[in-house]
Amino acid sequence: MSSPKTLYDKIWDAHVAHEAEDGTCLLYIDRHLVHEVTSPQAFEGLRMTNRKVRAPEKTIAVPDHNVPTTLDRANAATMTEDSRVQVAALDQNAKEFGIHYYPVSDVRQGIVHIVGPEQGWTLPGMTVVCGDSHTATHGAFGALAHGIGTSEVEHVLATQTLIQKKSKNMKVEITGKLRPGVTAKDITMSVIGATGTAGGTGYVIEYCGEAIRDLSMEGRMTVCNMAIEGGARAGLIAPDQKTFDYCMGRPHAPKGAQWEAALTYWKTLFTDEGAHFDKVVTLKGEDIAPSVTWGTSPEDVLPITANVPAPSDFEGGKVDAVARSLDYMGLKPGTPLSEIEIDTVFIGSCTNGRIEDLRAAAAILKGHKVKDGMRAMVVPGSGLVRAQAEEEGLADIFKEAGFEWRLAGCSMCLAMNPDQLAEGERCASTSNRNFEGRQGYKGRTHLVSPGMAAAAAITGKLTDVREMM
Amino acid sequence: MDKFDTLTGIAAPMPMVNIDTDMIIPKQFLKTIKRSGLGVNLFDEMRYDREGNEIADFVLNQPQYREAEILVAGDNFGCGSSREHAPWAIKDFGIRCVIAPSYADIFYNNCFKNGILPIVLPQDQVDALMKDAEKGSNARMTIDLEAQTVTSSDGDVFSFEVDSFKKHCLMNGLDDIGLTMEKAASIDSFEKQASQARPWV
Repeated sequence: MSSPKTLYDKIWDAHVAHEAEDGTCLLYIDRHLVHEVTSPQAFEGLRMTNRKVRAPEKTIAVPDHNVPTTLDRANAATMTEDSRVQVAALDQNAKEFGIHYYPVSDVRQGIVHIVGPEQGWTLPGMTVVCGDSHTATHGAFGALAHGIGTSEVEHVLATQTLIQKKSKNMKVEITGKLRPGVTAKDITMSVIGATGTAGGTGYVIEYCGEAIRDLSMEGRMTVCNMAIEGGARAGLIAPDQKTFDYCMGRPHAPKGAQWEAALTYWKTLFTDEGAHFDKVVTLKGEDIAPSVTWGTSPEDVLPITANVPAPSDFEGGKVDAVARSLDYMGLKPGTPLSEIEIDTVFIGSCTNGRIEDLRAAAAILKGHKVKDGMRAMVVPGSGLVRAQAEEEGLADIFKEAGFEWRLAGCSMCLAMNPDQLAEGERCASTSNRNFEGRQGYKGRTHLVSPGMAAAAAITGKLTDVREMM
Repeated sequence: MDKFDTLTGIAAPMPMVNIDTDMIIPKQFLKTIKRSGLGVNLFDEMRYDREGNEIADFVLNQPQYREAEILVAGDNFGCGSSREHAPWAIKDFGIRCVIAPSYADIFYNNCFKNGILPIVLPQDQVDALMKDAEKGSNARMTIDLEAQTVTSSDGDVFSFEVDSFKKHCLMNGLDDIGLTMEKAASIDSFEKQASQARPWV
């Protein structure tokens, strides 16, 4: 009998098209997702070398990073010239190379990492890449999914493979149950808080344990989405009945006999008893609290009940980094996190722009108003999430509370479109990065779950969502 | 791709941990559809004020580091977004080598695709080279990729590890895609076998 394998080992082994003596492999790619920002130079490279897209039927493109999310976006004047050129380049490249495409005008358009699973492009056991670091999201399906640079985008377009060496195996186990008010976002931020933003470097993480099993597919996508913020190449969760139920009937999921064959295979996708992990991290679900970031790195995270730390609480290079962060964030050590006043609330992104996220935020907001003078916006992750939220009455709750109800896109997560923080503005955001300038020049970001973002919109400060439940 | 064999040059010290790709090249410069011309915006928000004036104390604005070809930095360099605009900007500025205790995975790979050598050394050795870099433009370091060494201005030699395939490609300026296409037969046969084993993909 062969030695026990991890889930990562199994998916890796099933995709090695060539292995050199030094262990450098050509890994076959099942799905290549493409967006407008990291692809134009790759398509241009193909043109210059007279190469074709090897497997256009496995390549899916959607514009998301640049697109305005205001209701008037059909009017091209809402876009800056350079954004328009980038989106037009994707339109043209999709057509010229014959790849699947969801243009801005299509109701299925949205953030690439939300569209992929929604349309059934992402399935268990696949390899999925995209020129975007949050490709880790698709790991929620037990797919090996990771971000790549533009040169690698060109490599995958031309050869449907990537030159790779295998990463090490890391297990992150979340035992037991989560307490009320604690979400997938709090899990994934707490893991990064425990391991640091480089804790996963060189590894593929498999998330497991009762608290992970208990999560919906939406929650699992949130957890895997931020694996990259912990430095890991990818995050994975073994598929189970919830995964299969989510996939069944999606437009590009297999049907009939092929569905049955796929299901039989998918059920073999788990880590064997006794398989080796190079690193293991265990957190107790009951110890995880609603969390918030206070600094400018995702590892700068604490429970909402804590106080802003001081540089002297840290060691090494982190002492200077924290001093710089606090200065940038305009925070004083010792301030309770729950007393920090905010100006803006952003609900959306590939981390928290799915239907379950909107439900969680709406549940807190119902019957309340956004505090006077604050700006609050919801940007659904896709046109279909938006439509479903309207059908469920969530859109009305947001609008009545005073939120802007937007069209789908990445929006203020990375502020490449007009949705940006002003200098010094402070935002409670359901996105994934609190880097300096991420949401706008000198903007200040606090990462939170959707429920925490809604609570902050009501009170005008960072708030423990449990007080609002 | 440009070859990399040896390099002797000025090293700029950036003793910060977690220098992310949003710092290296902010998003407003990702709207280009070209690879070139990003050097002027490298570290834009640290390098210029809102009016576009240089911030005098930022390292690359200091006279002795304007011609830097090497960057010495803290842990987890290049974390965050997968944007290859980060190495494009670094290269376009004229930096060909980064020395740090660790890098984010995607950034690290992106460097090799662009003729940039990211060197990993233990923290104490990076600290020593940081001190060397702080001496300014008279203190030049030498990188020898073939020998896998960094030599400080005082003649101290530090050895580094690098993947043999990546080294081979960098030293010869090889095009990855061309190399992979030579293995088309392996890809064809894998595709055939996989389409039978997993026809739904």
